[in-house]
Amino acid sequence: MDANATIERGVGFARSSTGASIVTAFGAVLFLDLVAKLAGVSLGPLETPWFGIWFGGDIAVGQFAGFIWDGIVIGVVIGLASIGLSLTYSILNFANFAHGDYVTAGAFSGWAVTYVIAGIGGLLAITESAVNAVTGLGTYRLEDADLVRLVLLQTAPLEAGANMWLSPAAIVIGLVAAAGMTIVLSLILDRLVYRPMRDADGISLLIASIGVAFAVRYLVALVFGANRRIVTSSEKLPSANLGGVIVDAHEVTLVVVAAILMFGLHVLLQRTKLGKAMRAMADNRSLAQVTGIPTERVIKSTWIIGAGLTGAAGFLLVLSQGGLGFQTGWLLLLLIFAAVIMGGIGSIYGAIAGGLVIGLASRVSLVWLQGDLASFARPTAFALMILVLLFRPSGIFGGVKTA
Amino acid sequence: MSEDDAPSVADADIPDDVDVPEDVEPETMDSDVEESAKTVPRSVPLRVEGLRKEFGGITAVDGATFAVEEGSLTGLIGPNGAGKSTTFNCITGVHEADAGDVYFRGEEISGEQPHDIVERGLVRTFQIARQLGEMTVLENVMLAPGGQQGESITRSVLPGTRGRVVAQERELREKAWETLEFFELDHLATEYAGNLSGGQRKLLELARALMTDPSVLLLDEPFAGVNPTLEEKLLDRIHDLREQGLTFLLVEHDMDLIMQNCEHVIVMHQGRVLDEGPPERIKNNEEVIEAYLGGEV
Amino acid sequence: MSQTTTDDVLAPLRRVFANDAAKVAVMYIAIWVVFYAFGNHLGYGNSGMLSLVRRVTFLAAVYGIVVLALNIQWGYAGLFNIGVAGFMAVGAYTVAMLSSPPAGSPPGLGLPLPIGVLGGILAATLVGLVAALPALRLKADYLAIVTVAISEIIRITYNSPAFSDVTGGARGFGNLPTSPVETLLLQDPTSPASEATSLGETVFSFAAEYGISQFAVVNTLYTVGVLLVLLVVYLLLERAGKSPYGRVLKAIREDETAAQSLGKDTQNFKVRAFALGCGLMGLAGIVWFAMGPRASVTPQTFRPNITFYIFIALIIGGAGSNTGSVLGGALFASLLFEAPPMIRSIIQETFQVSANPGNLIEALIPIASGNLAPLGGFLLNNIDSLRFIGMGILLVVLIQRKPDGLLGARKETAAGVPLTADTRPDTGRADADAAAVDGGETDE
Repeated sequence: MDANATIERGVGFARSSTGASIVTAFGAVLFLDLVAKLAGVSLGPLETPWFGIWFGGDIAVGQFAGFIWDGIVIGVVIGLASIGLSLTYSILNFANFAHGDYVTAGAFSGWAVTYVIAGIGGLLAITESAVNAVTGLGTYRLEDADLVRLVLLQTAPLEAGANMWLSPAAIVIGLVAAAGMTIVLSLILDRLVYRPMRDADGISLLIASIGVAFAVRYLVALVFGANRRIVTSSEKLPSANLGGVIVDAHEVTLVVVAAILMFGLHVLLQRTKLGKAMRAMADNRSLAQVTGIPTERVIKSTWIIGAGLTGAAGFLLVLSQGGLGFQTGWLLLLLIFAAVIMGGIGSIYGAIAGGLVIGLASRVSLVWLQGDLASFARPTAFALMILVLLFRPSGIFGGVKTA
Repeated sequence: MSEDDAPSVADADIPDDVDVPEDVEPETMDSDVEESAKTVPRSVPLRVEGLRKEFGGITAVDGATFAVEEGSLTGLIGPNGAGKSTTFNCITGVHEADAGDVYFRGEEISGEQPHDIVERGLVRTFQIARQLGEMTVLENVMLAPGGQQGESITRSVLPGTRGRVVAQERELREKAWETLEFFELDHLATEYAGNLSGGQRKLLELARALMTDPSVLLLDEPFAGVNPTLEEKLLDRIHDLREQGLTFLLVEHDMDLIMQNCEHVIVMHQGRVLDEGPPERIKNNEEVIEAYLGGEV
Repeated sequence: MSQTTTDDVLAPLRRVFANDAAKVAVMYIAIWVVFYAFGNHLGYGNSGMLSLVRRVTFLAAVYGIVVLALNIQWGYAGLFNIGVAGFMAVGAYTVAMLSSPPAGSPPGLGLPLPIGVLGGILAATLVGLVAALPALRLKADYLAIVTVAISEIIRITYNSPAFSDVTGGARGFGNLPTSPVETLLLQDPTSPASEATSLGETVFSFAAEYGISQFAVVNTLYTVGVLLVLLVVYLLLERAGKSPYGRVLKAIREDETAAQSLGKDTQNFKVRAFALGCGLMGLAGIVWFAMGPRASVTPQTFRPNITFYIFIALIIGGAGSNTGSVLGGALFASLLFEAPPMIRSIIQETFQVSANPGNLIEALIPIASGNLAPLGGFLLNNIDSLRFIGMGILLVVLIQRKPDGLLGARKETAAGVPLTADTRPDTGRADADAAAVDGGETDE
């Protein structure tokens, strides 16, 4: 009986909103502390029975700016990937646990294309070989390259020349291929898995998506191997030092491309009827169906937009981070979820903003999480997500969902 | 195996002896409500004052005020969207009202959790019957009673206390059978509730609500989708229970049914109480007729 | 009339199989037979065979325990917890911290093992409670995301170098408590080579007659112990399920508002179910990773993957059924987890597959010339990946076609007493009326 009373009290506490104010206060303290750190002011230690707490301290502005830039880079990728998840979450009404593996699939397929093109020697070389083959003059460049190793991303990055500076065309085509292949994958999976379950509840779909996640992830492992590899070469890559922050061409490419894609999406959804139909469906699917919105077509468009951006995000992620393994997207999934929830499910702009917040949080938290504690950057982002779910389930930017 | 000697919970759940003690009211009356108590008759178990509920800018209930008398069968009518179901939801704690108070037996219950309100003896059914489809009819009915020993994990699991749990279950089962016989659902006892017809589901829901040992029952359209035979049966049961002292507040669309069976009728329109009184008075109220015509044409 | 005669003949059999204990026994015996056949085919000796069967039994049992724990949360109360790995980790790490010898690295507190186990279960329960109190208000899919995030936070915390003095960091907790079986059978339990106790003497000499080593005896006895734990957990949850408590949980799973409108404090029930499940997950983590014959407590073990294995097992068995959970756990651990590598060995031996292409493309090219061997060799060598692809597909197919599970029925009645037709106080009319069920009036 006592235990019951305790539980009841706990439930009562959780129901009240004191927690939100505690969280807000904590955030304010951290902010002041950050300002003090940047200003080089330090107070303390404030003695507690066990240890002293220092307020403020010293953090170089350049180092902080570096955290911010890194946060933006990863945040933009997460934001791009979260758009797709947010769209499917609101329109198909389930949390897609396979979304991270769409990122992986996009990254692998896109980079395979980039490798082949760059490895053969760029578009010029391919055209040259084609012309030579047709005219019977000159030599094939193709024969010099080990296509199998290139396709499977087993060639060393520099040898393949996968680098924005060395082979920009290969990178751009790879990006397009990443989006395209992910779209194809998502449409096939929708046809096989999700379409027969259109009327199922969110949890059944969620479970199905876990199955899809397993199948896709290990299919990638089967084809490309289970080893993690570095695929981009940063050699001969131009970079600039802006006030202590090192910005390289890959990061700039990533931010620019992502911004273009996001702007394109904005225009697409504002200028066409599709955007309106999608909003209507996110609101109430059966109502949308009754009012004559072609729901299946909208769902298809949702997958195309969402998966395209997701594949592109996977490709760009690898461009900036360099490493790629069959678990890459899966490991990113929770951060993507965090961004989606942060921005409010169904809100595209929210997802982008949420991605930036999560990206920044996971990097700026390093101001406090130094040394051995650095591994808690990811948990910080997760904790942020949990807090948002608890205190503002509609997202900090006021999502569309109310129920 | 001793089904005869069942003293410990004999006072708990049998529908037959549901009996509302007349003296509850004065005891629980505190000074806060004294003033309003003067204006209404003495035995008013349920009182709603200035209830208000908005949903995203749309006001579903807009200052509804009414009272339900002890032992009465009160009808709550109104055109679609008048706010009847929302009123029910606010009274029973499913929604939290934006403004206004709900008093049950003199105590304010606004903002209480649904289960606390049930424990006070104010129980509701739903417009669309919420049968628990993957549980049998008997399980559905046995779920309802409060104060079940076996709802504690430890007592259900530990060897020393399990015996008592099983004994109480046996009594509960007996009571469940009685209730099912009362509602003539006993032939369906082992059937899954999901396999019942619409009307049977409504009966089951009433049976289940009764097992919680209520003193006031709020029924949300209990006759919707019920065929005439079952409707008759359901009405008979309601009248039987009233004779045993239960109070009913009934939301219903069927005007004739309300006029024939209720002695007090409350009419809601656009979230407010338009009129209330005996059926004859309501029948002749121009405003009510207009609200209905305006609502339906 | 031949229909009825076969019915008569099969009736006793059916009655036996309707019995849950019989179902589980048949399943385990079938698994042993299959693996005995595998071992036989591969020419395993006595001790090899014992270790093979023991391993699959151990896995089937630990999966059974943890699937049962998940079943009380998801199957009964409908709480979609996909942070199982995290709660198992808390159990395993806590017992290691409490009961490992203080001399080792990382040092434990050296408390007696029963206290450590109790502490591990309590710690997992506590973490579950902390997670549950706020999170259970959320929609089911939000709860899923929160729990998986919590499990990752737990894993990363154990993995972090910041606390490696206490947790062992990324290398794991290398200093585990002594197995209870060794304590029982050996005079110096910390050294496997030490003198046996008098009880140990008897057991070891008995086993030696069959050529079974001391080491194998210890492992086998531990597995028997795990089976006993499974039995206890099963009986416990069976009682909890077949009680008013289980009935309320079922009602919550189906329609929380309905349960509330009948006066049930659903939040309270959910919190208790969640805490109970988490505590049992802690126990599963302990017997699985912290004390077993090949015990090892490392952060990598507790990746979310293992949570999904447990879910697959539960869905196979049928969420909502305790017996189904035990069966699902056994089926998953044996056929989906342990069998594929065995089958690979058997195929490789039988068909003399020696081809070993480095990648899928090299395996596919020879198909053009009609040579299937490279592809076969490649697939066999990558049976781990294939197994996971298969699990994924299986999960999708199950949820599409058989959402109630392959084996179990979700519809076990939840009551402390039987609820069949003849339970009425005056039984006379029961049978006649029961027959009228199908003909009941319908008005829709």
